[in-house]
Amino acid sequence: MPLGWLFLLVLLIAALGYALGRRRALAGAGGNLRAMHSLPGAYGWNVAMAVLIPSLIMLALWTALAPFVLDRMVAPLMAGQEGEISLLMSDVRRVADGLVRLGEDVSSVQAEGLRDRLAEVGVAVGQDVSDATLAAAARYDVLSARSGWALTVLVLAIALGAAAWSLRRITPGLRARNEVETAIQGLLIAAALVAIATTVGIVLALISNTIRFFQVYPASDFFFGATWSPSFGGGSELGILPLVWGTLYISAIALLVAVPLGLLSAVYLSEYASKRVRAWAKPMLEVLAGIPSIVYGLFALLTVGPALLVVFGDGGLGWMQGGTAVITAGLVMGIMLIPFVSSLSDDIINAVPQAMRDGSLGLGATPSETIRQVVLPAALPGIAGAVLLAASRAIGETMIVVLGAGAAARLSLNPFEAMTTITAKIVSQLTGDQDFTSPEALVAFSLGMTLFVVTLCLNILALWIVRRYREQYE
Amino acid sequence: MTDLPAAGAIPVTPSPSRSILETDARTRARNRAEARFRAYGLGALLVGLIFLVLLLGSILWNGMGAFTQTQVTLPIELLESELDPEGTRDPAVIGEVSTFGYNDLIEASLARVVADAGVQTELDAGDLTDILSSGAAAQLREAVLADPSLVGQTVTFDLLAASRVDGYVKGRVTRESLADDRNLSPVHLDVVDQLRDAGFVSRGLNLDFITGADASEKRPEEAGIGVAMIGSFYMMLVVLGLSLPLGVAASIYLEEFAPKNRLTDLIEVNIANLAAVPSIVYGILGLAVFIQFAHLPQSAPLVGGLVLTLLTLPTIIIATRASLKAVPPSIRDAALGVGASKMQAVFHHVLPLAVPGIMTGTIIGMAHALGETAPLLLIGMVGFVASNYPGGVVEGFTSPNSAMPAQIYEWAKRADPAFYERAWGGIIVLLVFLLLMNLAAVLVRRRFERRW
Repeated sequence: MPLGWLFLLVLLIAALGYALGRRRALAGAGGNLRAMHSLPGAYGWNVAMAVLIPSLIMLALWTALAPFVLDRMVAPLMAGQEGEISLLMSDVRRVADGLVRLGEDVSSVQAEGLRDRLAEVGVAVGQDVSDATLAAAARYDVLSARSGWALTVLVLAIALGAAAWSLRRITPGLRARNEVETAIQGLLIAAALVAIATTVGIVLALISNTIRFFQVYPASDFFFGATWSPSFGGGSELGILPLVWGTLYISAIALLVAVPLGLLSAVYLSEYASKRVRAWAKPMLEVLAGIPSIVYGLFALLTVGPALLVVFGDGGLGWMQGGTAVITAGLVMGIMLIPFVSSLSDDIINAVPQAMRDGSLGLGATPSETIRQVVLPAALPGIAGAVLLAASRAIGETMIVVLGAGAAARLSLNPFEAMTTITAKIVSQLTGDQDFTSPEALVAFSLGMTLFVVTLCLNILALWIVRRYREQYE
Repeated sequence: MTDLPAAGAIPVTPSPSRSILETDARTRARNRAEARFRAYGLGALLVGLIFLVLLLGSILWNGMGAFTQTQVTLPIELLESELDPEGTRDPAVIGEVSTFGYNDLIEASLARVVADAGVQTELDAGDLTDILSSGAAAQLREAVLADPSLVGQTVTFDLLAASRVDGYVKGRVTRESLADDRNLSPVHLDVVDQLRDAGFVSRGLNLDFITGADASEKRPEEAGIGVAMIGSFYMMLVVLGLSLPLGVAASIYLEEFAPKNRLTDLIEVNIANLAAVPSIVYGILGLAVFIQFAHLPQSAPLVGGLVLTLLTLPTIIIATRASLKAVPPSIRDAALGVGASKMQAVFHHVLPLAVPGIMTGTIIGMAHALGETAPLLLIGMVGFVASNYPGGVVEGFTSPNSAMPAQIYEWAKRADPAFYERAWGGIIVLLVFLLLMNLAAVLVRRRFERRW
């Protein structure tokens, strides 16, 4: 039975359970609400949740785990075949899927010409289907059909059993509301734990693949190698240093643009601007923050790059070879970060107590002296936190550097040269590649790990500083 | 701040002026510094706003062209002898004629039009068709298959012009830029000029760009963003369906029920950090967990939606918690006071009052997800994938598709100015959606938000 129908059936059983539970509770109390512990609906929900929670957990677990069990059971059939077992199994799965779509009796299908027929129903198989693959695929189909039936029976049994069990428990004295509320609280906790699960997922995905990478490529060469030249034919040199350099260089230029501009506009907006100017200019500036980074990437590639080329290129100063360069990406990234820096600094400057300003102004300082000598020093830790957050943003930014910085990994000081970053290389190593066993693809996970650790450290430090700073004046 | 400067560092101040009517040099210097500082601030703000204007101007200037397209209007004689020699008018029989057959018809018609208009050219009929899109024959074939009764008549069609011709009409392509172009020569442009004067070449609204599918690298004039838009739509359905309930549930727990303990602290720190993890890392997570591990289909909007759900969850949780916090405690106390349980107080009283804030946060989170590109590249939603409309709702979630920002990236990569124009046009479409979503968020806030 398709999963969707099974799901709907479970919902139906739960709805029936609700109605029956409600009625049973009312009947037990002789229709007298005051003789019941909870409102009638709570009894109904009690039954419904007893049905839904275990059967949906079962459904999810089975669907998630069944493919692995099936793989395990079918894999021995392919044991004698040439080639990587994971690739063979993905072929088997694809053929199995195709056989289902063909809708013929599996035992009568011939391996010959099967590839073309599969292609007709929209299943692309990498190579001609061998007899062993076909046999394994047929076995896979049989097993997966069996698994589907087992799941249906099991889930329905659980749903009906739970409904019967919880209906039998219903008496007017049952503390139904408390039970339902406990269950809901459990669900709420589970939702909150998704955040932790995401982090665990990120860490596991990165670590497991990083370990696999270091098994095929020495870690010391990765961390201290000064050459980045992947070649899918083998013999790649995968040193991270040029990428780290490119990332830091571009981020530094971005911060050089964003921090002064962002900070000064925040100062102007919070200390000088009239209410009307502030009401207009602040949202306008924040529009810059709402624009997706792909737009900035295109802006860098097609507008800023060619414009810089006019000034610094062969026609002008002759320093620049192509439109994609460190300066292009850095400049555009800086523009993107202006509102980020300015709105964070704005909050921080506003948190400086007014009494400190009044004291300084009262002693005869001009507003700018007050800002430079009282407000900014007091806000400094918070601003440092904001700059660190902006740096973490800059390091993790992808689309601008993919489109604007070029693709060449090099260690150079010239900002007019094309360089590349960690994020850009993660994209280029993983795009359009299905084989995750070569060091050239696995290296992307190690790059991701490096990126994750660096930005995480920056974020933790920055959030800690900002939080401590806020507490200081609260 | 209270540190006294070292004795030697005390500047020797000139004696203040005797009159209060006349400012002394030092005061003037301080006032100048004040004005300068103020000017720096204003300057920084203006630079930021100028960048905004430049960015938006550059988008509009480069992108509006994508919404019009050059067409060549040709009366085409759909010869029965070529298309349907037996006169059956059966679509199956007519369908056997490939696009090559139609090419001949177009060639003949174009040659006739050129001759009738008195165009002087040394190009022969075969070369002349270069001014038309290579998809023109397919366009014609589709029209005939849709309505077989057209066979035998002379019908006027608006055929797409080639991308270079389109670029010339829009002013992007010049005779100089065609000097060593293999697709079109400057001589063709002379023909285009004369046909334009004769009214056969015109520029019309390009609805196909908004509704159409991506086209292969040779035919930028046919590429549209419609299919990618559908991909984005299905992704947003997944994001909305998962991140709203999960985010609201998590926020309710953290804000209303969570005891102060280490687990709660851990979750809170975790969420704050997840909000700042680079989006590409979520792409790696999606690749490793959903594709490598769980074998979900590559390039599917379902997977994209799952990744973007994880990405927007922290944003939604932060916004929801803020709006739950904004509901005054007196509401809770009143509910508890008349005998509601904690759960009833939250679900019957606090949550409904927080709904506007939650909606605003959700819309903004979704707008953020809609523009996100980097994670989609890793799960394969890029490349020539948005070429067909999904067959149905289930297929919409599972069959390979692109998304608007990924499609824009794809076009930007194709290194053909005609595709660049599409990319800018795609950005306009994307920004219109983002603008509408943000407007909706502002309206919801204005209309429903209550301040206590």
